[in-house]
Amino acid sequence: MNMLISLQFLQHYWWFLIALLGALLVFLLFVQGGQAAARWIARSEEERNLVLNATGRKWELTFTTLVTFGGAFFASFPLFYSTSFGGAFYVWTAILLCFVLQAVAYEYRRKPGNVWGARTFDAFLTINGVLGPLLLGTAVSTLFTGAPFTVDRFNLAEWAGEGDAVISQWATPWHGLDALANGWNIVLGAAVALLAMTLGCQYLMNSVADETIACRARRCMLPAALGFVACFVAWLVRLLCAVGYAADPATGTIHAEPYKYLHNLAAMPYVAVVLLAGVLLVLRSIRMGWRGSRKAIWFGGSGTVLTVLALLLCAGWNHTAYYPSLVDMQSSLTIADSSSSLFTLRVMAWVSLLIPFVAAYIWYAWRAIDRRPLTRDELREGGHQY
Amino acid sequence: MISDYLQTVDWSRAQFALTAVYHWFFVPLTLGLGVLVAIMETLYYRTGEEFWRRTTRFWMRLFGINFAIGVATGLILEFEFGTNWSNYSHFVGDIFGAPLAIEGIMAFFLETTFIAVMFFGWGKVSRGFHLASTWLTALGANLSALWILVANAWMQHPVGCSFNLQTVRNEMTSFWDVALSPVAVNKFLHTVTSAFTLAALFVVGVSAWYLLRRREERMARKSIALASAFGLVFALLTAATGDQSGAVIARVQPMKLAAMEALYEGGQGAPLTVIGWVRPDGRPVNGEIVRYKIDIPRMLSVMSFRDADAYVPGIRDLVYGNAKYGIMSTAEKMARGRVAVGELARYRAAKEADDRETMTAIEAEFDASTPEGEEFLREYFAYFGYGYLESPEQTVPNVPLLFYSFRVMVGAGMFFILLLAAVWWFNHRDRLAEKRWLLRLCIWTIPLAYLASQAGWALAEAGRQPWAIQDLMPVSVAASRIPSASVCVTFFLFLALFSALLAAEIGIMLRQIAKGPEPEKE
Repeated sequence: MNMLISLQFLQHYWWFLIALLGALLVFLLFVQGGQAAARWIARSEEERNLVLNATGRKWELTFTTLVTFGGAFFASFPLFYSTSFGGAFYVWTAILLCFVLQAVAYEYRRKPGNVWGARTFDAFLTINGVLGPLLLGTAVSTLFTGAPFTVDRFNLAEWAGEGDAVISQWATPWHGLDALANGWNIVLGAAVALLAMTLGCQYLMNSVADETIACRARRCMLPAALGFVACFVAWLVRLLCAVGYAADPATGTIHAEPYKYLHNLAAMPYVAVVLLAGVLLVLRSIRMGWRGSRKAIWFGGSGTVLTVLALLLCAGWNHTAYYPSLVDMQSSLTIADSSSSLFTLRVMAWVSLLIPFVAAYIWYAWRAIDRRPLTRDELREGGHQY
Repeated sequence: MISDYLQTVDWSRAQFALTAVYHWFFVPLTLGLGVLVAIMETLYYRTGEEFWRRTTRFWMRLFGINFAIGVATGLILEFEFGTNWSNYSHFVGDIFGAPLAIEGIMAFFLETTFIAVMFFGWGKVSRGFHLASTWLTALGANLSALWILVANAWMQHPVGCSFNLQTVRNEMTSFWDVALSPVAVNKFLHTVTSAFTLAALFVVGVSAWYLLRRREERMARKSIALASAFGLVFALLTAATGDQSGAVIARVQPMKLAAMEALYEGGQGAPLTVIGWVRPDGRPVNGEIVRYKIDIPRMLSVMSFRDADAYVPGIRDLVYGNAKYGIMSTAEKMARGRVAVGELARYRAAKEADDRETMTAIEAEFDASTPEGEEFLREYFAYFGYGYLESPEQTVPNVPLLFYSFRVMVGAGMFFILLLAAVWWFNHRDRLAEKRWLLRLCIWTIPLAYLASQAGWALAEAGRQPWAIQDLMPVSVAASRIPSASVCVTFFLFLALFSALLAAEIGIMLRQIAKGPEPEKE
């Protein structure tokens, strides 16, 4: 059994889990999307409370997925963690700030004595709703477009003092803001933000039993969805035509390969099928949403998970550099040279067997309290609410 | 003038300390109040009394206000390992990352899923399911503490790992050595029991406020009865685990012990300083750092090694060595560390020159399975981190800070035991309401509990300096290479944000306490 679980297998397995967590995170960004859309969907105080209580009941799940995504990335591919987070400092810090604002805003927004007033906390939710997905999408796009860094593990042989012993160095003083210089990163950021809003509207149509909210959510969904499709298709076409970095399986040497991501889909047709199925499900959910179906979120959500999963597999599997370096090709990170050791990946593989159990209890617990959609009457009854 | 990178190190330390301090304002209450609320709900479940339902819901509301901001600051802490401490993340990510991932998978989802049932499930799920959810939330919170403390303990006492020359990092060789190291076990028990004590003091203090105002007297008295007994048990356990911590520190971090005792000259039958005045610069005059002190003879030897005659090394012995007791000087450790770092440089040069012979020789040195490798790793690589230090004195942490932190923590801990015992006794005898001075004291003890808890962490973390990982990596090579001005800006940004959120949290908490529990049902 242990023989079968080789380092290569575990690297692929953990990249799959990272991709899955990333995919679930993008789906769960519907919370952010709902927050961003609230200003169009909710026009009275009561409507605003209705919308934010519906999204608020899921915020912790999105947040926890983000934290676990970070923790799992750290544990399985620590070199990415140290290179990207320590290098693209400004972007990751901005993302963190966005999420900190969200964590307190729900709980505090309507509580008496909150010092800064409900409007401030609602503004926090809007900032998180718009900027959170936008920045996350922009940052994730660099997994395909690359970033200006170098990695030399033996820098640790240098003396301390000037920072020469730091193994991952950023080649520009912009520390992550350079991602904004590549328009395609922003296009993916915009696509993720608009997708989140689309899913947010679909979620509200499902979770709030109110004609007015459902009707406005439906109308708000369409421009967001069309914007998303335009941005995403443009980005995807560009990706499939782009030059990617490939690693030689025998030597680990990195070289540029035209149409690398298109080749990946051809080499891994099952990933192409997942991508296609995901895109079709998202398109179907938009159609269903426009027709007023409450079930659109299930199609949109599963489609999002499949699409993002396929794209992230495409970024890391098939000997692809999942974090290309724009200044030193050989510094580019692949799952083979940036992972944890065989021992650590094995230990965590055992722990990962808990994941289906975790998914099952989340499903069970949520079904128990979320069977009926939220209504104005429920809010008027009192009880714990945001 | 120190380099920009070393300024980055300082600002990164400040930012991490700031985040950790704010995080720790909220976490202990979450850990302990979660359990207390679960016990209250169990009483409701067993008795079916509306009183316990109302009481549970009141304390649960305060739990919720506190919970959110702990989550927010926790997110920043996790990612700061990457953003601010990238070299650290690479060097030990293979070991350190695993507990963080396990924490996410095993604890965070448990906590966040069932906290939703806890808050929104009243009347929607069965009473049994609701009670189970409340217990699972408390379990999730405490499990998350377990894993992050395992990670922290590893930084204090790196075990269960070996250095891989090819990847230039430490890699895990035994998960159980990491998870069950004496430092990890003790740190978890000490931290969690102290958190339970803090939460008990919070419940006692808030309830005392109601008694002083003659409001909600039944809820206040019952809450005090429960929390004081709970707190007393865990305060005693905190003292016991704290005592054990001292013994563990004496073995694995002798410099931390010497610094917190401000013990410059070591000796046999070392005394424990109860209190004294520490010279602000932490430097000795005539071999003494502490003046006007009150000592308990031989007590430090007893606490450290369970032997009144045991030798306890002082700062001077650890820095300059003591041949009589077989203590190597820091200068010697630095020389050996430099050999280890130098071998890394030689390996790099050999690799670049494709000098196979040299590479093979150095690979053998780093191979624990060969006798020469075993010797090199034990005699040289064990001091790897010392190779980056510039002077032996750098290994001395901030003595006054440690000395006073330790005494604030222990002194306050002793006081908590007495206070909780007195409160429990007077409440049991139905005389607590008359003791208005005691009730006022209970209220003022709440901030003291937070101060003591923070002092404990100041001792643990400032006492680890200059190490990010004890003996293996000093903070001066652990940070990311980002401009110091950037980290300075984010430091003040976080300071402003966290302070604003803390102000909101305190404002809401005070208002909710003033408002009291929901009206009683007819």
